[in-house]
Amino acid sequence: MEKIQYDYPALYSVPHRVHVGVVGSGDLEVLLEPSPDSRAHVVVNTSVNGFGATWKNVLDRFFLRFQGAASIEINDFGATPGTVMLRLEQAAEGLRV
Amino acid sequence: MSTNAAARPDYRHFLERRSFIEMSARERVRAVLDSGSFRELLGPFDRIKSPWLPLQGIVAQADDGVVLARGTLDGKPALVAAIESAYQGGSMGEVSGAKIAGALERACDECSRGRLILPVLLFETGGVRLQEANLGLAAIAEIHAAIIALRRYVPVVGVIAGLVGCFGGMSLAAAMCTRLIVTRQARLGMNGPEVIEQEAGIEEFDAQDRELVWSVTGGEQRYAVGLADDLLEDDADAIAAAIRNAFREGPAPGRSTQIERYVDLLRSIDPNQPPDGKSLRTLWGRTPKP
Amino acid sequence: MSLESVLSRRGRIWFDALTDGAGAIESGLRSVRVADAALGGEIARFIAVVPDAQNRFPRARSGEVGLDEGWALAHQVRAFAESTEGPRRPIIAIVDVSSQAYGRREELLGIHLACAAAADAYASARLAGHPVIALLVGKAMSGAFLAHGYQANRIIALDSPQVMVHAMGKQAAARVTRSSVEKMEELGEQIAPLAYDIRSYAKLGLLYKLIEGIDADAPGRIDVDRVRAELMSAITDTRAGSSDLAGRLTSPAARKMRAASIEVRLRLAEQWDAHS
Repeated sequence: MEKIQYDYPALYSVPHRVHVGVVGSGDLEVLLEPSPDSRAHVVVNTSVNGFGATWKNVLDRFFLRFQGAASIEINDFGATPGTVMLRLEQAAEGLRV
Repeated sequence: MSTNAAARPDYRHFLERRSFIEMSARERVRAVLDSGSFRELLGPFDRIKSPWLPLQGIVAQADDGVVLARGTLDGKPALVAAIESAYQGGSMGEVSGAKIAGALERACDECSRGRLILPVLLFETGGVRLQEANLGLAAIAEIHAAIIALRRYVPVVGVIAGLVGCFGGMSLAAAMCTRLIVTRQARLGMNGPEVIEQEAGIEEFDAQDRELVWSVTGGEQRYAVGLADDLLEDDADAIAAAIRNAFREGPAPGRSTQIERYVDLLRSIDPNQPPDGKSLRTLWGRTPKP
Repeated sequence: MSLESVLSRRGRIWFDALTDGAGAIESGLRSVRVADAALGGEIARFIAVVPDAQNRFPRARSGEVGLDEGWALAHQVRAFAESTEGPRRPIIAIVDVSSQAYGRREELLGIHLACAAAADAYASARLAGHPVIALLVGKAMSGAFLAHGYQANRIIALDSPQVMVHAMGKQAAARVTRSSVEKMEELGEQIAPLAYDIRSYAKLGLLYKLIEGIDADAPGRIDVDRVRAELMSAITDTRAGSSDLAGRLTSPAARKMRAASIEVRLRLAEQWDAHS
């Protein structure tokens, strides 16, 4: 089990919190809420070790398009990068409602 | 009034119906409560997680796999607890079990003060979470205690929709409900087919034989022999309606108090020539509920 | 060597010892022993589930709680509770049950309901004010314990290696979790809720008393008197308290090992009413 943390710059505040997903096999849940400061903070709890570079890759790509000051907690049970991106995008979509 | 399959195919209804089975636990709770009344308790952002799973290298889900919400059913205060089967098979750990037991205990306390709360349990669980073993088992005992206590004031309504079904210690909880609603895809049993096969051998129970499994524990079978009260299609609106209907009468003890009836039914069974699922339907029949 | 000689006799031994062979009630089953016997100046109903090699259900011959047993327990508990006039008399569940009965017949004929009926009866008696005490003298496993003992106001156990509590037998649990019995036992040494032995169970705050220094297999007069005294103490404590199971969350052990269970209830209380 690994816990990995990342920070990203942000441009705007986030209006409310959003939760998507489930920690099922090959899946993950995303808890997204307003950050306490003006940056984005990500904490990844994952049952699969050694994929730090892959996580950074996916998150870098996500934060190219998403610039909200969000605290994001990811609880992952072996999801593929594609599934991770899908859930992150679902969470971002949830901010637009 | 239970809804049975239409005699003629109703394609529009079929296309418009929303599958309850495909919904997550949270979506199911929303689908059951009056629109706009959903208010979650101890949701993911409260982060009350399992203290035990991370010690064993398992990532903890933020709500530990149980969704609790207060809301209304036809305007009356209600509590719905739903188990998320996609997380750890819907198994009961310390926190998930405590959420259900604690919520039912609070509801019981309210009822005892004259403020009725209608409780609904959406069962989708394999039973005790073995990674939390004795704390899961203890929590299930507390769930049983709370159901029996609550049943004095209000009906306790249970729903088993599938696809995981309701097994282990939670099958007792389903049996304690005043009213139990099931779908064809549901299963209700105490021991999972694999465990029976392991304990008693493949001749006793072939866990791969789907037809056998459903003929013993499937929703339609349970309904046909009187071990469930309503058999519904996988349709969120129909299930929500059946739940409301179940509360129309006052509190009532469930089938778990019908000792004479079941002793008689069992007395007529010869274990050396046991019936199969089909013949049990003839032997036990069912008395339909209104 | 007969089947019965390898099966646990603890339930029968303690049932006979505590009831002194008196007050036997015909339950209709050799596997469900019932007696109304004296305990500290009042009459209590003692109930035990024991092996029956001639049980009409072959999968329930080793002391399991099967179909007939579940309904018989329910009947005997309710009959006692409903017949009581005056002070509510105690019910003592003597627990030595290896599991619920596993089998196709059992599933088909509703073993889940039979066990629920037993649990329901015990809980209902407790709610009506009868002190219900569980005395663990052997195994207290999964659905069988849920049916017979886990609805008690107080749980007492003998401090003995064969006394164990768990949700699933070791072999089956190892297979289901794709582990091994050895690994599971190691895990149980680090994580108390996963252990099988009664001393680990005692750490969870669910036991009222762990009785040490008793010969569990061949109790002498002093052993039996000590256990009687503990039963009476549990009954007195019950009568001074509530009829629910809230006491399972109040001990120092519970505050440590069931902290999350306590926190869930505290947070529920905080969130129960909507705040604008």
